[in-house]
Amino acid sequence: MAESSLHQAAKTAGAKSYLQIVDVVKKFGDNTVVDHINLSIAKNDIFALLGSSGCGKSTLLRMLAGMETPTSGKIILDGEDITALAPYERPINMMFQSYALFPHMTVAQNIAFGLKQDRLSRSDIAERVERMLELVQMKKYAHRKPYQLSGGQQQRVALARSLAKRPKLLLLDEPLGALDKKLRQQTQLELVNMIEQVGVTCIMVTHDQEEAMTMAGRIGIMSEGQLLQVATPGEIYEHPNCRFTAEFIGETNLFGGHVVEDEPDHVCIHSIELPRPVRVGHGITGTMGMPVWLSLRPERVGVSRQQPVVSGNWAAGTVGDIAYLGGFSIFHVRLDSGKVVKASVPATHWREEAAPTWNEPVFVSWTDNDAVVLTQ
Amino acid sequence: MMSRLLSLRDSRAAAARPARRSAWWQRALPRGQSLVTAIPYGWLLLFFLVPFLFVLQISFSDVEIASPPYRALLSRAEDVVSLALNFGNYRYIFGDPLYFDAYLSSLYMAGVTTLICLVVGYPIAYTIARAPEAKRNTLLMLVMLPFWTSFLVRVYAWMGILDNEGLLNQALLALGLIDEPLQLMHTQLSVQIVMVYAYLPFMILPLFSNLVKLDGRLLEASADLGCRPWQTFLRVTLPLSKNGVIAGSMLVFIPAVGEFVIPELVGTPESLMIGKVLWMEFFDNNNWPMAASVTIVMVALLIAPIIYLHKREEKALARAAAR
Repeated sequence: MAESSLHQAAKTAGAKSYLQIVDVVKKFGDNTVVDHINLSIAKNDIFALLGSSGCGKSTLLRMLAGMETPTSGKIILDGEDITALAPYERPINMMFQSYALFPHMTVAQNIAFGLKQDRLSRSDIAERVERMLELVQMKKYAHRKPYQLSGGQQQRVALARSLAKRPKLLLLDEPLGALDKKLRQQTQLELVNMIEQVGVTCIMVTHDQEEAMTMAGRIGIMSEGQLLQVATPGEIYEHPNCRFTAEFIGETNLFGGHVVEDEPDHVCIHSIELPRPVRVGHGITGTMGMPVWLSLRPERVGVSRQQPVVSGNWAAGTVGDIAYLGGFSIFHVRLDSGKVVKASVPATHWREEAAPTWNEPVFVSWTDNDAVVLTQ
Repeated sequence: MMSRLLSLRDSRAAAARPARRSAWWQRALPRGQSLVTAIPYGWLLLFFLVPFLFVLQISFSDVEIASPPYRALLSRAEDVVSLALNFGNYRYIFGDPLYFDAYLSSLYMAGVTTLICLVVGYPIAYTIARAPEAKRNTLLMLVMLPFWTSFLVRVYAWMGILDNEGLLNQALLALGLIDEPLQLMHTQLSVQIVMVYAYLPFMILPLFSNLVKLDGRLLEASADLGCRPWQTFLRVTLPLSKNGVIAGSMLVFIPAVGEFVIPELVGTPESLMIGKVLWMEFFDNNNWPMAASVTIVMVALLIAPIIYLHKREEKALARAAAR
């Protein structure tokens, strides 16, 4: 079902899309690594393929770069079918995961490498290299060899090298994967700024959801060779379309249940883990009685001592663990059904009264618009 | 807070402890590390440097009918120790064109051998290095397989192939490509063929061990930046394998210069190589000082470029560090 809707999306977006991946399949022997992927990306978009290792995202990226050939399907860039082109014939450049800088060349020579291949004049190359060095703020280091640079500096050189040829499409393979955590966070926005400054369509591959959400305008969630959901970071987080996405992006509480009332503007769910009726304020495409999952983000769950006055969307329990994280705390509330619900409550919530402590009976509650029903 | 301070002081004390000076007898004993490195140094000193100094000393002496057949450099007569250095041997070497020609033809033969070994060996080494890991050892074994038989037997086998009635001529005659046997044996060509054959593994092995370390992602990066495979080879693979090329070339060139057996068995009597000259001076003329001088000049000819390369490398490193 999702596949056909993606087909539809690919067709409708086709008109304005810059890059089109049409029904691409990649098999290694009997192993299908990329399974009928359809995707279209608009010009100057920054798109992230997000998934855990082995989900096929890197293979998809390598097919875009031309280092792997699709078993079937087509890749169209700016109206041109590039499926059969060799890597050196494609107007696409890639920033490699470990940067793959040429160790026998200086920073400037690395950046000039691809330009020399384009048979630009010497002065043009020098000018372009200069501009790239300025962009990534590495002018001072132009004559250093890669091994004399820190990881962050190497990453900037790799970016400059892949942008120097002014590619139609920039590919980033785990762009910040080789940096330590602190440097990574700081570099994320820097990298986006540089890419936007140049104005290039960009596809990145990452397993780090924070990286994807910070940097990309749109995200595609991949699992087992398939694209599960393609949407903006906000949509993916607030309206995941399947259980995998809901669990993969951020934390969530999942409850199994089935549909007991199916209206266009709302559904009611019955779950044995939640004794009170559950009402969700959005319609679903499904049938009465079908099994579904209810996803409830921890920050959408309220914790209070008073029993809510409404009839549904709450549950009674006791506080198990409390993780104090400064600005907010995460309460692990054990419901009477035995299910543990995580609730993230901001510190400001406890102005009038003290926060509940261990083993205190509490109520967790949420509104119609807080939970999301997942049909698959 | 108090305990925090205390623990800090503790850790400082712990850090200071290993710095305590060890007892005098502990410091007097050589440490394990220096002992290990001393063994190869001692070996080289005893079996390379000392014999070399002997040869150097003999090269400055005169022939004498004695055993050993040369005059000692230092002589003592009536409590006066006198040192007599004979530069005549060297003067003779530089004066007589025979030696000059022999050196030149040796360097030429060794140079051509090295070049051919490089051109033939590089693709072989590259193929083995790029082969799947499971196959690599088998392929390497095949390269080294000839070493399992005696070198002399292998040279004689080549004589059987290159001879006028040899396998190659017979095959060519049978195919009708030639009407009469080609003169292959006892030519420059036969020496060249057998020398390339004999020294090829010494080119392949260091090249292989260099190329096997080549990061495949660099080749992909090069293709990504617009290089066709042959351009990638010239701009990435070849420059990065420079050290392997140098190592392999030295391993081939140095022993090839002094090669004696191959030209003796399959070569022409006219083309004199320095190995043959050495043999003649030593065994036929019984002129040890002359043989020693020929050796010293050869070593100097071989070591000079090595020192030059080494110095250049050092300078490049220093320049890189200064930046």
